[in-house]
Amino acid sequence: MEFFIISMLNGLSYGLLLFMLSSGLTLIFSMMGVLNFAHASFYMLGAYIGYTLSGVLGFWPALVLAPLLTGALGALFERYCLRRVHPFGHVPELLITFGLTYVVLEVVQLLWGRIAVDFAPPPALQGPAFTLVNHSVEGLRWVWGAVPLTLCSAADASLRIVCSPFPATRGFMMLVALAMLLSLWLLLTRTRIGLVIQAALTHPDAVQALGHNVPRVFMLVFGAGAALAGLAGVIGGSTFLTEPAMAATVGSIVFVVVVVGGLGSLSGAFIASLLIGVVQTFAVALDYSVGSVLAAWGLGLSPAWQASSLGHLTIAQVAPILPYLLLVLILIFRPRGLLGTRDA
Amino acid sequence: MNAYSVHDARWGSPRVWFVAALVMAVAPWVFGSGLAITMLSQMGIAIIACLSYNMLLGQGGMLSFGHAVYTGLGAFVAIHALNRWSAAALPLPVSLVPLVGGVAGMGFAALFGYVTTRKSGTTFAMITLGLAELVFAMSLMVPEFFGGEGGVSGNRVVGTPAFGISFGPAIQVYYLIALYTLASVVLMYAFTQTPLGRLLNAVRDNPERVEFIGYNPHRVRYSAFIIAGFFAGISGGLGALNFEIVNAEVVGAARSGGYLLFTFLGGATFFFGPIVGAILMVLAFVLLSELTKAWLLYLGAVFMLMVMYAPGGIASLVMRNLQLARHGLLRPMLGAYGLLGLASGLCALGVSALIEMVYHRQLNAAMGTQLRFLGGAVDTASPLHWCTLGAALLLAAAFFEWARKRFAVQWDAAQQAIEQARLQHAGEAP
Amino acid sequence: MRKSSHILIAALAVAFAGSALAQKGEVVKMVRIDAQSGLLGPVGVNQLKSYQFFAEKFSGKGNPAGVTFEVTGIDNKLSPTESLNALKSAIDQGVRYIIQGNGSSVALALTDAITKHNERNPGKEVLFLNDAAVDPDLTNSKCSYWHFRFDADTSMKMEAMSSFMAEQKDIKKVYILGQNYSHGVQVAKYTKETLARKRPDIQIVGEDLHPLAQVRDFAPYIAKIKASGADTVVTGNWGSDLSLLVKAANEGGYTGNFYTYYAGVTGTPTAMGTNGAGKVYQIAYSHYNMGGQMDKWMAEFKAKYNDDFYTGSVIRIYETLGAAMAKAKSTDPVKVAAALDGIRVDSFNGEVEMRKLDHQLQQPLYMTVWQKADKKYPYSPENTGMTLVPVKTYPNYVSSTPTSCQMKRPS
Repeated sequence: MEFFIISMLNGLSYGLLLFMLSSGLTLIFSMMGVLNFAHASFYMLGAYIGYTLSGVLGFWPALVLAPLLTGALGALFERYCLRRVHPFGHVPELLITFGLTYVVLEVVQLLWGRIAVDFAPPPALQGPAFTLVNHSVEGLRWVWGAVPLTLCSAADASLRIVCSPFPATRGFMMLVALAMLLSLWLLLTRTRIGLVIQAALTHPDAVQALGHNVPRVFMLVFGAGAALAGLAGVIGGSTFLTEPAMAATVGSIVFVVVVVGGLGSLSGAFIASLLIGVVQTFAVALDYSVGSVLAAWGLGLSPAWQASSLGHLTIAQVAPILPYLLLVLILIFRPRGLLGTRDA
Repeated sequence: MNAYSVHDARWGSPRVWFVAALVMAVAPWVFGSGLAITMLSQMGIAIIACLSYNMLLGQGGMLSFGHAVYTGLGAFVAIHALNRWSAAALPLPVSLVPLVGGVAGMGFAALFGYVTTRKSGTTFAMITLGLAELVFAMSLMVPEFFGGEGGVSGNRVVGTPAFGISFGPAIQVYYLIALYTLASVVLMYAFTQTPLGRLLNAVRDNPERVEFIGYNPHRVRYSAFIIAGFFAGISGGLGALNFEIVNAEVVGAARSGGYLLFTFLGGATFFFGPIVGAILMVLAFVLLSELTKAWLLYLGAVFMLMVMYAPGGIASLVMRNLQLARHGLLRPMLGAYGLLGLASGLCALGVSALIEMVYHRQLNAAMGTQLRFLGGAVDTASPLHWCTLGAALLLAAAFFEWARKRFAVQWDAAQQAIEQARLQHAGEAP
Repeated sequence: MRKSSHILIAALAVAFAGSALAQKGEVVKMVRIDAQSGLLGPVGVNQLKSYQFFAEKFSGKGNPAGVTFEVTGIDNKLSPTESLNALKSAIDQGVRYIIQGNGSSVALALTDAITKHNERNPGKEVLFLNDAAVDPDLTNSKCSYWHFRFDADTSMKMEAMSSFMAEQKDIKKVYILGQNYSHGVQVAKYTKETLARKRPDIQIVGEDLHPLAQVRDFAPYIAKIKASGADTVVTGNWGSDLSLLVKAANEGGYTGNFYTYYAGVTGTPTAMGTNGAGKVYQIAYSHYNMGGQMDKWMAEFKAKYNDDFYTGSVIRIYETLGAAMAKAKSTDPVKVAAALDGIRVDSFNGEVEMRKLDHQLQQPLYMTVWQKADKKYPYSPENTGMTLVPVKTYPNYVSSTPTSCQMKRPS
């Protein structure tokens, strides 16, 4: 039982991290039609800047400042590079962000080295937020904070006690992601600038005719998207690992989320990221091999196939690449994505 | 500037092909070392791959992030075929192995292409990305076909040599590759002149209109995809013969990214652009990384600059200057060009000196603080050197800005003159 | 034309050769083909520096043949294709000794290419010295007369590891976690084989393979391991896959032990930090606190390069090459290869032997555990304050494994 609860929470927290990342990307895409390849690079920049700042100012100020700095860098990029390429069409825009990934990777490696850095969460977030103690006789119990090890092992061999701590960093991740979702929604629907952004989404010329500085709005939105990625970076970097490869590993998954959710739809990105986070987490627990699944459905494979590595491949082994399979399937059967409003 | 304009005839003339064939035949005698011959072979392979990629990108407007899937799968099938042929002692010549790769590439393109080419644009790009990731992930998990970590190796020296050609020495393989390259380039060029090739351009520019005139854009894209897959497979098969080993990196993201980067760098809007890009690709991967540790940074920066200032790639720069020359306007520009070249050269030197110093401090700090840069020694620990270089860079940048403005004025004047001439020619202006 | 002048020079050299140290002062050029840029750049750079550092120590009077070793590096960006180009470049420069280690895929490509080159170009043979690529195939199904491996391969390390595990009576349930490619698959295979032989009562309660370097979140795997009730995890993971696993184990409250291969490689000590203290074990042929000459060298290396020296194979290669060249009285690769066959050398941790059958170096192995550095074991990699401390030493015969190699020897 605790396995299910903890796995569900793990899946949800991972999905919410993906949402933090993909929300910025969705925002940029809806606004400007640019699929920002370098979005994961801003994630990485946020993590590294957060690491440096937290060494100097402490984690909490870094949590606020690092995303702002990352957003500023994003705005600069938009102003000097992306804007120049905008008249050439969408393909060159994609390509310039593609080139940016190489440059950011090299610069990060130059400034911070090529091996992982030790970006530790603050003392308040270290250790578990709560622990589930599953006693074979007394049942499931919820305990805030950590549980001393002595209570986790039973002296009596007939009893079985399993302690499952849930890390505070993950809980914090979920809180920040939800707060971010709420504030984004409020910003877009309740504030004036949000209404301008929504209008510029579909009618940029009309908005410009009304006197709003649309290029400046674009720059702000790109910067905001980069800042969101930076925020995700600070949290992801301190929870997981801050290393130069972090952009590459998370980059492709974010694209999957955005496309599966539907290009241009924030709610779609939310559902897709939760879906992918939970599916990936639970798929790891499934040890059924492809061969056995097909056999259960009555499609037996020949002995040669069963013995081959393809037949032996378990769902757990393919779990991390399930998102790509989902991407291809969605694009084949429903190119608009789950909740997309515009076709790519 | 349209590549497929009336001036196409110049590219199609037998003279150009003859010169190209001559260059390819003579090259290994000019650059004789083992490394040079293998690089020439790789250039041939890359040329076919980049041209097939440009069939999708430049001619079809389809941005693919997974072209390496087709070259790579073609390579795997080719090497498996080679091994089967050697084991069964079939009397088939090794020189036909790349064709097997081509057929395999075509088959996979037919298999994946139907759903991939339904839409162009971002959807297409995303599907190719997803497929590429899937195939690469599977490559490590299915060792029967992909050979696991060691890949699949084969031996191209099998059977009795015909006419004394056993394909043992690298130079024999080079000539085989050169033949295939010439044939493929001619065929792909011919494709651009066929109705299907023209339709492909039309689909790139305005798919809706193509539907109005009665053609199905999906089918056009699909056919082009299959043909591109064929040539991609040939490129893969040649690679299998050249290295006699094929492993998972041939379907990797780095390779797909390389095709994209260098095809774009060479110029996606002209037929010969990818050829330039392919040659640059091999030079960059093999030689540039030996020259400097900062090669990835240079690559990314150059790519970004190209996208911003010359989105047509190197080919477009060449063609524009050829256009100037045709109107006799190039000679007066040479002075401005010279100044601009000097200024940008100085800037580039300054920037790269600083970058090299930074890299040296990071990676080679233990080798002492002295860095050998273009024959001179620079001390990375001395603030004086840093400041001097920094100041020199600022000066060079100012010089560059001045030269650029001067050049831009002259360039605009030349373009106006050309436009005037064109209008006069068309009778629309006195 | 060039070949005849080579013969002339060789003839002259033979004519003037008098003493047993005919090759004294001769320069032996070696090239290390490895990543010098990119993500694994630091490892490659560290190892190249190690070669150059010890080239000084083992040249001239430092080796019985009196030769001078010269090592340069070529960047292969971890790509087998680029490595083949690098090989061509090295051969063009007249280098006859190729060294490589990071990446069995590269090693397999190089072995294949070098064997073919030597077959097709008699008189221009090249030797391949493998210092870290541990795929057992290199000394089994894909073995080659021209390939010599100085690291202990996966099966040898597992033999020693399982001997240690067999002695730990509190190990009852083992979970195997690995990266889904040849290395991970082989670690799983040998774990099951050796444990079945040595401790049939140990239960393998689970086995999982995950895609290489892609998983960021190991919490689901930890949850699965906990649910299985395993008290020990055996893993061949390296790099981020290992550090994230140990981190997740700490956060997920998993208290079992980890038996690993690569806890000490560049980057992992920093990423592990104090996580896993007393719980992460590593099997290797050297460790940080070996005492004697090794300690002095490590201190010198750290002072000069501000980096840790951990590639003990480097020393072994120089020692064995020097001995072989003295025995063969020549630096010609064909003669040296014949001399390397079965050679025995006294190395920093005992006697090692280059087994004739498969060219696998037979050597002692150490089981070490990750813990805080103290007075007795002061050396701390990457300034983490932690170190790997030896708990057991295994002499050659323990880790020696049978081989299926059918080597084609030149006549």
